[in-house]
Amino acid sequence: MDTKRRTFLKAAGVAALAGISAPAVSKLAEASASAVPAVAENSGGTAGKMRYGMVIDMRKLYDRPDIQEKMAAACRYVHNIPTFDDPKSEIKWIWSAPYEQAFPEQSSTHNADVIEESQFILLCNHCDNPPCVRVCPTQATFKMEHNGIVAMDYHRCIGCRFCMMACPYGARSFNWFEPRPHIAQEINPEFPTRMRGVVEKCNFCAERLARGEKPACQVAAAEVGAIYFGDLNDPESEVRKVLAENPTIQRKPNLGTKPSVFYIV
Amino acid sequence: MYNKGLIVPGLIILVLLVTFPFWFDAFSATKSTDPTVEPPPGGEQHCIYPADEMRAEHMVILNEWRDDVLRNGNRGTVTVDGKVYGKGLQLACMKCHTNKEEFCDRCHTYASVTPYCWDCHLTPTQQKAGLKEAN
Amino acid sequence: MIEKALRGSSRYWTWLGILAIFIGIGTFCYVRQFLIGQGLTGMGRDLGWGLYISQFTFLVGVAAGGLMLVLPYYVHDFKAFGRITVLGEFLAIPALVMCLLFIIVDIGQPLRAMNMILHPTPNSMLFWDMCVLLTYLFLNLICSWVILTAERKEVAPPKWIYIFVYISIPMAVSIHTVTAMLYCGLPGHEFWLSAITAPRFLASAFAAGPIIIVLACLLMKRIANFDAGKEAINKILTIIIYAALINAFFVCMEFFVAYYSTIPGHMHSLDYLFFGIEEHGVMYNNLVPFMWTSVFLCFGGLIVLAWLKLSKKVMTDAADWIIAAGCLAVFLSLFIDKGLGFVLGGLAITPFDTVVEYYPTVNEIGITIGIWAVGIFMVTVLYKLAVDVEHEVEE
Repeated sequence: MDTKRRTFLKAAGVAALAGISAPAVSKLAEASASAVPAVAENSGGTAGKMRYGMVIDMRKLYDRPDIQEKMAAACRYVHNIPTFDDPKSEIKWIWSAPYEQAFPEQSSTHNADVIEESQFILLCNHCDNPPCVRVCPTQATFKMEHNGIVAMDYHRCIGCRFCMMACPYGARSFNWFEPRPHIAQEINPEFPTRMRGVVEKCNFCAERLARGEKPACQVAAAEVGAIYFGDLNDPESEVRKVLAENPTIQRKPNLGTKPSVFYIV
Repeated sequence: MYNKGLIVPGLIILVLLVTFPFWFDAFSATKSTDPTVEPPPGGEQHCIYPADEMRAEHMVILNEWRDDVLRNGNRGTVTVDGKVYGKGLQLACMKCHTNKEEFCDRCHTYASVTPYCWDCHLTPTQQKAGLKEAN
Repeated sequence: MIEKALRGSSRYWTWLGILAIFIGIGTFCYVRQFLIGQGLTGMGRDLGWGLYISQFTFLVGVAAGGLMLVLPYYVHDFKAFGRITVLGEFLAIPALVMCLLFIIVDIGQPLRAMNMILHPTPNSMLFWDMCVLLTYLFLNLICSWVILTAERKEVAPPKWIYIFVYISIPMAVSIHTVTAMLYCGLPGHEFWLSAITAPRFLASAFAAGPIIIVLACLLMKRIANFDAGKEAINKILTIIIYAALINAFFVCMEFFVAYYSTIPGHMHSLDYLFFGIEEHGVMYNNLVPFMWTSVFLCFGGLIVLAWLKLSKKVMTDAADWIIAAGCLAVFLSLFIDKGLGFVLGGLAITPFDTVVEYYPTVNEIGITIGIWAVGIFMVTVLYKLAVDVEHEVEE
């Protein structure tokens, strides 16, 4: 190759590189000037940092599998969660399981009869030190600093399921198929469904909390008053009073995830 | 030129293929027209911004709403003509534009754009009728 | 130089044709999965990763294995490797392409893969895995191409290429370390939560990668008239034996930690892999035969290779078949140990301490074979390129 051709190719390469990177550079240079001014009023101008937490009083649910099912059904309705028969493809945000599965780090030898015969409520623990947030490569799952909820942005999730690997509580479900044909109950028109190929989990009913309503599972268990929900950082909140008066356990506390869900057993 | 008999016809075919949209459209019987969209059936006259701005910026607005609602937790409201809507596709836009097929789809189909918004967000028809019938 | 890949014997084209059929089958299976969903695989809610990621993990190791040729030649001046370092790089490139393909077929929304670049997340090991894999791919591409071109023109490679060569040395270690970090930092799986995961991955990689190069060299001696030289093969065998022995030692250490401490989190996965676990009357032991086969293949293969060397018979021509058999045995053993043993063993015990067995579906296996065919296709083409350049220079 003669030198003139080589020089031309070098110049062409540099020009192509400049042309390709020009939009990216100009976008960076634009800084954070957004095209559209903020339209809406800010609804939740909370001053200090809240940390939402939940206490599940299992004593009130031991002999009430119907209430446990009602809680799961309420969550399914509110969030348009599909139902799959095959446990492989299941999507569950809140569900019931035996003691050995809920608390595998605890001893299951010579359990009390009531523990042996009952199911326990499991859901996302909205950890204060969530491993799922640590491993997500796109920040599709993130902790909301102002209220402690571990939330998900289904628009950004690439479906790598790394968060499902990281979660020590098995709280997350992946949409292995299109979810919409499998929604067995009436749909809730105020909440979207999810798409195939993204991971989903309990969101502590953030959209209901914003409207001043209680989480769906808490409302479903209102008959027995088994769920307490509130701000763990507020010493005067009901949930803090319940914690002060009742011994509680948590799931796998030795992993350092600092879960926000407590169980009175 | 070597292989002139192959290259020249090949070049002509290439030019024809590349300019296909133009000459096919010029010679076809039916003329293509710009898409027209139906206004909201409820008679609402105003959107959160003027129509030109909405047409150009609606994806930017939706993305900014998404980040504000999901990441910052600002589930605030927008008020248009005295009516209050939540921030979001399903909670705001679809409340007025209940005719997605005559509104959103017209331009999207014309421009051959398939946004995946409605894979998750329910259209008004789906919200009313339930997914199984509407799908 | 690429024109060398477009001219070949009928055997070459037939082989590429057969691989193309498998690539076609893999593509068809993937289109099905793309349209219907990951539910077509054997993975499920309690077993989020499966065959794809296990193959990815193994192949990252194979890609890193080229280091065992680059390091002795470029840093320690071991001249006998001069003709075959390019084979190490030309193995890394297809292996890395296969890794990226396995990731793409595994994620639920592959069209959003750019999100990892648009929203970089330094606390996520998957982000760093993407970075180091792409960097290492780039390094291998540029080093192999420039050095092979220089060899073809019979001039010394330009001095600046050595910067990239020397950077590729720690990068090779980094790609497999970061892949190991995907596993060994997860609090939910105690089986993986070990400091020895990364060294174990590296030891296994530095045996598996060179084994493929040895097997390729023995094959090319017969069908492509390319002789790597007895001294080079002998040295690579030494490296393979030591690396596989160290890997076996690390695995044995895992056994000790699990069974001496009797801590259930460490023991359960090994129980499932090697002895089977019984739960509620059901016996879960579908991987037990594979794991014991892996053990026997490893020690059998190593004994054969060690005997060859110690009896000094390794330099004879007849030894080639025994070398191939021994290497193949060790390779299969490492494939089972890392892919099935480590990855699937860790996944089989759920966060609820239940056992869930994994059976890949036909569609899933079809995609896997398709991607392997892509890799073997690329290796064939690239190795032919290297050997043809070699022959051209010799004339």
